[in-house]
Amino acid sequence: MLASVLTLGGIGLFAAIALGIAAKKFAVEVDPRELAILEVLPGANCGACGLPGCGGYAKAIVDGSMSPNLCTPGGSDCLEKIAHIMGVEAISADPQVAVVCCQGDNQKASQKYRYLGLEDCNAAQKIADGPKTCPGGCLGLGSCVRACPFDAIEITAEGLAVINRQKCTGCQKCVASCPRSVIKMTPLTATTHVLCNSTDKGGVVRKYCQVGCIACQICKKTAPEAYQIDNFLAQVNYDMAHEAEVAVEKCPTRCIRDFSTGYPEGSSFAAPTVPTKKPGQAA
Amino acid sequence: MVELFVILVSAVFVNNFVLARFLGICPFLGVSKKVETALGMGMAVIFVMTVASVVTWFIQYLILIPFGIEYLQTIAFILVIASLVQLVEMVIQKSSPVLYQSLGIFLPLITTNCAVLGVAVLNIQKDYTFLQAVVFSLGAGLGFTLAMILFAGLRERIDLSPVPKSFQGTAIALVTAGLLSLAFMGFAGLVKG
Repeated sequence: MLASVLTLGGIGLFAAIALGIAAKKFAVEVDPRELAILEVLPGANCGACGLPGCGGYAKAIVDGSMSPNLCTPGGSDCLEKIAHIMGVEAISADPQVAVVCCQGDNQKASQKYRYLGLEDCNAAQKIADGPKTCPGGCLGLGSCVRACPFDAIEITAEGLAVINRQKCTGCQKCVASCPRSVIKMTPLTATTHVLCNSTDKGGVVRKYCQVGCIACQICKKTAPEAYQIDNFLAQVNYDMAHEAEVAVEKCPTRCIRDFSTGYPEGSSFAAPTVPTKKPGQAA
Repeated sequence: MVELFVILVSAVFVNNFVLARFLGICPFLGVSKKVETALGMGMAVIFVMTVASVVTWFIQYLILIPFGIEYLQTIAFILVIASLVQLVEMVIQKSSPVLYQSLGIFLPLITTNCAVLGVAVLNIQKDYTFLQAVVFSLGAGLGFTLAMILFAGLRERIDLSPVPKSFQGTAIALVTAGLLSLAFMGFAGLVKG
């Protein structure tokens, strides 16, 4: 009885003392600012800043090796708080959100073959450059949905990825996950986008997709400042994004969409409220 | 030498801790979503198991048996393993931040893991000498890592497959674990013991 109490007590006491000494001797000093910043950061460990986790980023901010405005998911709120902790002025970046530049779902765009493999765009892309005839179109197998840490992407019943502009934080994980680079980063305040990613000539696009850009130049004629055509694909000039809306109705294939009037067909997302800020304005 | 090799093979394949003895199922299911984390966890387990078995072997033969209090084995082992892991964690954090990044987050998870305690207790039950005990716990750790990596690889593939809704998540993981365990049963009879 006595031996057991003493032995166990002795082991416990020894362990406690050893741990106590070790805690003092091997203590790692952590900058209190680092902990404060870690509390402010969203904690999604999404990697938008370029580091694998929020902990590493908090450390890098305190070190001064990284700028505090790289956390896109945190937005300007988070930036202000970090700036307050660090005692520097907030330099806000224009918030960016991701857009799937494609409307060619299974109804509107043709397929080269029937794909029955792994439910993954990167796997599908390896087989004869993907089942979709269009070399740039959305494959709709949901690699971006799985990559998104914020649950902001859905795949419609007809196999098209759609990104919710209100939920998107601009972390760019989906951009990296897409084998066809059909997801692009655009300013949050710009709601008009050319939803096509095909650089084929107009006649070729017409053959495989009902809603592709055929490079007809009509948008450029309607709003010369707001559009440019590169490689047979119209692009919105986001510096003049608020002038791009006028061409939406003029586009013969309806591949230009104003998101403030609704998401592409088949999406369950409600139309986003139009941000009041115009681009270029200070945040 | 041959005997040690037999102990190692038996611990890795035949009596695999996860798939044949069903110890350490919690980290096996919890940390096996990605091969990378599974590997990190496996390394931490190999390390902790080996260190813990060394220390507990001495506790058993130098303290518990001389004082005639073998019935306190379980609590004494848990106490020693838990504080040992804490100590190791502190030392690693201070001495090697890189190692701490890859191993550190797993260490608290396995302080009182049943697989680690299981190795310590089995070493005593099987009357292993010190060297045999070290080889056995190394084998147990390797077997755990092997099971983790195989399972994580399978789960990564399952994530991309169209699994019926009612089977998604833990359900399909458990079915897979069962099948993997069944496959490891094929090693039974390879080594006696």
